[in-house]
Amino acid sequence: MTSQKMSAVKKPHAHLKMLRLTAGRVGSLVARRATVALTTNSARMASHEVAQAVDMSQPMYVDRLDTPLPDKPYTDVLTAADKSLKQKEKGPWSQLSQEEKLALYRLAFHQTYPEMKRPSAEWKTVLGGMFIFLGFTGLLVWWQASYVYPPRPRTFDEEWQAKQLQRMLDMKVNPIEGFSAKWDYEKGQWK
Amino acid sequence: MSLAKPVMRGLLGKRLRFHLPIAFALSLVAAIGFKYGVTEPRKQAYADFYKQYDAVKEFTAMKEAGVFESVRPSGE
Repeated sequence: MTSQKMSAVKKPHAHLKMLRLTAGRVGSLVARRATVALTTNSARMASHEVAQAVDMSQPMYVDRLDTPLPDKPYTDVLTAADKSLKQKEKGPWSQLSQEEKLALYRLAFHQTYPEMKRPSAEWKTVLGGMFIFLGFTGLLVWWQASYVYPPRPRTFDEEWQAKQLQRMLDMKVNPIEGFSAKWDYEKGQWK
Repeated sequence: MSLAKPVMRGLLGKRLRFHLPIAFALSLVAAIGFKYGVTEPRKQAYADFYKQYDAVKEFTAMKEAGVFESVRPSGE
């Protein structure tokens, strides 16, 4: 890519020409990088960095508290010992030993209910995150109070509020059951 | 030992027959309570207020206090 410089060209046009050239250079770099990226992607797929896709149309095993009997047993592939155990399971269960019963359970299920319900330390993360965000919000609120709020309206002053109260009593606001009804006009105090 | 067959029909009717009279009775009690607890005392309060009400006296008091724009207190 050669730069073409004409003697009659003015300064702004020279800039544009330079920009175009540099964009073109970058464009070729991007194109090369894109092809490199594509090749590495295919290489990545060959080396199994992507997770295995699960066939969701088939019954699945799931450890859930609200599903005591999942759609299929946990173990798919049974060894010869497992198969013989499964045969023995077809007979009277009183003839199964305790280890055999446990082995049959583990063939059918992955985790027991106590294992599923085991407590975790997640609450610390939750509480910590909550407090962090609350603290940050507190900082925002303080900053807002310092830099955003306009000056306080004069109607909030003690003196103004007293004058407002007196005016309401002079106007006899709600004199029957409400505001002025509670004021004793003879004595000049609240009833 | 087999269990008795559970009741399969008429469940809504049974519930309504039980709850509707209670609902109506409680609503009636609430209405009567409100009438004699709130509205009658309020009507009496208004009647008592206006029995001894002197409009001119009240107007003059408000005028002297200075709340009106069309008529100022006698001092000004």
